[in-house]
Amino acid sequence: MNNPFIDLVGVHKHYGEIDALKDITFSIEKGTFLSVFGPNGAGKSTLLKIIATQITPSKGKIYYNGKDGKHLENIFRKNLGIISHKTYLYSSLTVLDNLRFYAKLYNMKNYKKRIEYLLKKLGLYEKEFDYVKNLSRGMSQRAAIARALLHDPSIIILDEPFTGLDQSVSNLLSKILSEELKKNKIIIMATHNIDLGYKASNKLAIMRKGNLVYLDKRENISIDSFKEKYIKLVKYKDAYEKI
Amino acid sequence: MMNYIKTIYYIFEKDILLELKNKDIISSMLLFSLLIVTIFSFIINPAADYKSEIASGVLWIAIVFSGLLGLNRSIVIETMDETLTALMLAPVDKSAILFGKVLSNTFFMIAMEFMIIPAFTVFYNINIFASSCLSPIIFISCTYGFCLLGTFFSFMASKTKIGEIILPLLLLPILIPLLLAGIQSLSSCITGENLENIYKWIRVIFIFDLIFTVVINAIFEYIVEE
Amino acid sequence: MKIYRILDIFVLISIAIALYMVFIYAPIENIMGIVQKIFYFHVSSAWISFMGFSVTFICSILYLYTNKPLFDYVAYSSVEISLTFCTIVLITGPIWAKPIWFVWWTWDPRLTTTLILWFIYVGYIMLRKFIEDEEKKARFSAALGIIGFIDVPIVFFSIRWWRTIHPNVIQKGGGGIAPEMMNTLLLSILAFTLLYISFIIKRVRIELIEKDLKILKKSFM
Repeated sequence: MNNPFIDLVGVHKHYGEIDALKDITFSIEKGTFLSVFGPNGAGKSTLLKIIATQITPSKGKIYYNGKDGKHLENIFRKNLGIISHKTYLYSSLTVLDNLRFYAKLYNMKNYKKRIEYLLKKLGLYEKEFDYVKNLSRGMSQRAAIARALLHDPSIIILDEPFTGLDQSVSNLLSKILSEELKKNKIIIMATHNIDLGYKASNKLAIMRKGNLVYLDKRENISIDSFKEKYIKLVKYKDAYEKI
Repeated sequence: MMNYIKTIYYIFEKDILLELKNKDIISSMLLFSLLIVTIFSFIINPAADYKSEIASGVLWIAIVFSGLLGLNRSIVIETMDETLTALMLAPVDKSAILFGKVLSNTFFMIAMEFMIIPAFTVFYNINIFASSCLSPIIFISCTYGFCLLGTFFSFMASKTKIGEIILPLLLLPILIPLLLAGIQSLSSCITGENLENIYKWIRVIFIFDLIFTVVINAIFEYIVEE
Repeated sequence: MKIYRILDIFVLISIAIALYMVFIYAPIENIMGIVQKIFYFHVSSAWISFMGFSVTFICSILYLYTNKPLFDYVAYSSVEISLTFCTIVLITGPIWAKPIWFVWWTWDPRLTTTLILWFIYVGYIMLRKFIEDEEKKARFSAALGIIGFIDVPIVFFSIRWWRTIHPNVIQKGGGGIAPEMMNTLLLSILAFTLLYISFIIKRVRIELIEKDLKILKKSFM
């Protein structure tokens, strides 16, 4: 039941003299929805990028299902879906063109059915032949989600996904994420929105200046206590240092 | 291996599809090369005797500079919605993505050459097949070398602040052997002089292409890690 | 500390000896006269810049392989220094050529290749200038360091072969060289090599100190 799927051990990441991540060590099991909170520059995006193998750590290791991340890249990426505020879609192609391209790139067999299913699920069925550049913001976000979930990834990473989303897409995304969670997947999300994040996840983390300063199951803390904790951990120290 | 080739093909197919919808790469390259050819007509007299000696150079300059436009356009499309990031995160060999774009860029340039060469023939009254039928081989192999290094540098340039400026600055000095070989061999095709050297120049082009295909394949994965 | 001082003393001594040999020991060339003495600076600079770029090539490969920033610093410092010597080659070339061959520039294979080399490594410096991320800067520079260096022999041989087909350009050199001149040349090259080593050690140390300084500054903020 508690078999860690992703293990971070002593992960550091520095860019020149900037320490983006300092000594991050924790594990994520299957069936976890982890929300990572923190101010800008705390290292949330960097952490997510390292887990997503977009960046390699300067020090330390990541293990996926016990195996060293360095050697696993392509195998791991087959199971990885990423949602961010960029759509990762070609704006001069149609929604369908985009999905077909990525399906082929991800070496999916029988992608037609999967694409149809996702188009329906994300309310894009009328818009599949529309060019992405002509879609409204909400619609292009839906298309971006479809792209991310196309290959049915078992690990979903979201970097501030709710920023700038309208209410309907926001609700749809929350619904989809909770469905995916039920399939025992791993979902990791970086967000500023404590309310949304708290509701959606079953594990909470707070980062500050590259350090992981809080990590616990959601069931162990109420939302109000968590908000207090956040202010204490993040703002208090800032104030302290200014003295 | 099959997956590698399939990846190259899918990237190529996607780029072709993009061009079919946008129609901006080939047309802007063609227009620009026509302009250069026209401007050169004021520098060298198209009716003069010596024109056949320089014709090859003029044509290659037109192709090279419009090729730079095409390379830029091709990579800018990938940076607009960070699709390049998405490609790099796909479970495929990164060098396959590079070679897919090399292939599509080569295709676009050859398509442009297909149209600029007849125009050039008309404007300057030059026949590139006059003395040798090897011209197509010269064009194709030189264009591949140009796009190989050009696409590689355009990936790098897209991450800098002045991508459009840095691309020609980096690319052109490195391409000089290729340009020299291309210009000289084409010149022989046009004028009929030094015909025996054409094979040697073509060999230079092939060696150049081969060496850099191997080198770039070896180092690309290291370059795009973050 | 002391090692650097000793090296610097050697550098000064060897340069002093070299200068003596160039201006006093080596005979004045028959045909070209005293202007020919530029040749010692010209050729030595050429050798050093080429050596420096090969150091960059090796360090670039090592950087990509090991990811150690030190290799990037050495590669980059070597480019800076070699580019300076390369510029000296390009400036002394015309100064030598004009009084003797009556043209400023000769477009011969070696000089032309040096010019192209100059462009490639100026591109290297520019590339570094316009990237902010340290790791990207290092990786991309390494790529250019490798590709540029591999390109150089190809450039040289294609231009040289081209010049044999169209030999309407002034070719330099050929003919014998007096033993005193050879000694002078060898010593000049040695002196410049020591100078290069001294420069690169200093340059890399400056880079390391700058990095330390930045880290110190950060921890005070």
